Amino acid sequence: MPLLDVNDLTTYFHTRNGVVRAVDGVSFQLEKGETLGIVGESGSGKSVTCMSMLGLIPQPPGRIERGTAHFDGTDLLHCTRKELQSIRGRRVAMIFQDPMTSLNPYLRIEDQLIEPLLIHGLADKVSAKKQALAMLDAVGIQDAASRIRGYPHEFSGGMRQRVMIAMALITKPDVLIADEPTTALDVTVQAQILELIKKEQQELGTAVILITHDLGVVSGFCDRINVMYGGKIVESGPTKEIFYNPQHPYNRALQNSIPALQAKGKELYTIPGMPPDMSKPSAGCSFAPRCEHATDLCTSEPPELQDIGQAHTTACLRVQRENLKP
Amino acid sequence: MLKFILRRILETIPVLLCVAAMTFFMCRLAPGGPFDEDKQVTAEVRELLNKQFNLDQPLHKQFIQYITHLPTLQSFKYPNRTVGEIISQKFPVSAKLGFFAMCIALGLGVLFGVIASLRPNTYIDYIPSSLAMIGICLPTFVMGPLLMLVFSLQLGWFPATGWGGFSGDQFFASDMVLPSVTLGFFYAAYISRLTRGGMLDILTQDYIRTAKAKGASGLRVILKHSLRGGLLPVISFMGPAVAGLIAGSFVIETIFAIPGLGQDFVKSAFNRDYTLVLGVVMFYATLIILLNLIVDILQVTLNPKLKFD
Repeated sequence: MPLLDVNDLTTYFHTRNGVVRAVDGVSFQLEKGETLGIVGESGSGKSVTCMSMLGLIPQPPGRIERGTAHFDGTDLLHCTRKELQSIRGRRVAMIFQDPMTSLNPYLRIEDQLIEPLLIHGLADKVSAKKQALAMLDAVGIQDAASRIRGYPHEFSGGMRQRVMIAMALITKPDVLIADEPTTALDVTVQAQILELIKKEQQELGTAVILITHDLGVVSGFCDRINVMYGGKIVESGPTKEIFYNPQHPYNRALQNSIPALQAKGKELYTIPGMPPDMSKPSAGCSFAPRCEHATDLCTSEPPELQDIGQAHTTACLRVQRENLKP
Repeated sequence: MLKFILRRILETIPVLLCVAAMTFFMCRLAPGGPFDEDKQVTAEVRELLNKQFNLDQPLHKQFIQYITHLPTLQSFKYPNRTVGEIISQKFPVSAKLGFFAMCIALGLGVLFGVIASLRPNTYIDYIPSSLAMIGICLPTFVMGPLLMLVFSLQLGWFPATGWGGFSGDQFFASDMVLPSVTLGFFYAAYISRLTRGGMLDILTQDYIRTAKAKGASGLRVILKHSLRGGLLPVISFMGPAVAGLIAGSFVIETIFAIPGLGQDFVKSAFNRDYTLVLGVVMFYATLIILLNLIVDILQVTLNPKLKFD
């Protein structure tokens, strides 16, 4: 049985301009200690998927319409608030995109670090402080003993993300959800933060869900990858399959857009068109308007994920039925 | 921090001197004098009176005497009492009224502001927000008599006037309720709007999401993570609010016949009671400067990004 089993998760935002289908029937599993990447462009529903599981969607306007998310026997989407609170931070922890705003500017680093331990009754104040110091040391903060008494504004962006990681992992959670943890950071710091997550993951045996729009990040980091587009998973499989055997035209187009894979001097490949308007549902495949292989079939029939071997699933009808090859 | 406080106190000396000079000379420039309401007297008696109260001295000498001996000067209206005695006798009443009003203002204001901010744009928000708007729009001289009509004359719950019954020495009496509520309601309304705005701003911050992701309960998110930042606008409003409470209480004191300092403040100006006017003005000015200093210190303690300089 997988550690986390998400089935048909659907989250809509009911706004004045209509219903925005942010996440539309997403299913995936996460095994113990595994690293899962969720890739997609802005607005594809990556973050909303994970925040829905932890009940962090602002409601209203957001609403979880359908689906289940079983974590170790508990359905996160339908359990009581108390149950969810006891899982958040203790068994499933999360770090966010912008470390500059994700720490409380009015509280000392120490108070924020020990908070998960105190909330969940895992330690008393004295031993919590000791653990916090050790954790801060482990995430590579120099001179942790004095820095721990400081406030967030005295830390740089990379340091704050390290603090966030320390805070998330201090309870030794089973799952760490990292929502674009390196997006707001310098390139040099990005690599350090990813390495840190990897190191801590190996030490604690934590499963990691890494949300990113950077294919370069997931390629070296994840065991499996879900590619999301328009609130749906369009392709899913082991990292090797996703990169060496891309099937869905969107996945292929994404990989053609990586600058490093282009010959020097050649014009950079870009996907034509704009991301879909999620408040207007399409009858067929939501990528069809931008897809160079789209036919009448694609605009009329909604695609489903289908196994095409090697634990690789794809949601392109033409790949499934006509064996489309680029 | 000590350096900051010392510097601020030194800064108040020229401010107070300016206030004293302006009050003194404006009083003297105003037509009329302290004995105008008394019986007509002969020129000799007038001269004697002037001599007794040092009014025959040159103006600048009087000014220097006033600011150097202010608390021990005698009042023109009540010649057997000094300015210091009057203030020390009347101010406790005004202070108590202000204290009760502030408790009501902070208690109700913060509570309703927080509640409104938790469910913005629902009835839970609309009802306290509309009440607050009424509170801000309704002047105290309308609010006071209205409350009196309903709660004293119709329902008979509280006495309409007075302060502390006949003896006036118990800490709380039923006749203190209406004036405190009247005075506190306006500030409660204002504080609830400030709290709502501040809390709405904080509750949408990323670090509130972080707190929830840690497993913090709703109450903990509000008390530990939101209130500190959300109340900063309220704290900065406290300086002017307390000043307004003190200076504005004379309306309430008049309506409810409370023997406070606010009444003396206004009456002394009409009576041209030169010494008492200056005394009360200087007393209020010092108090307001002091309160603003406390508010500044509070702000720095609450917001770690601010420093004492």
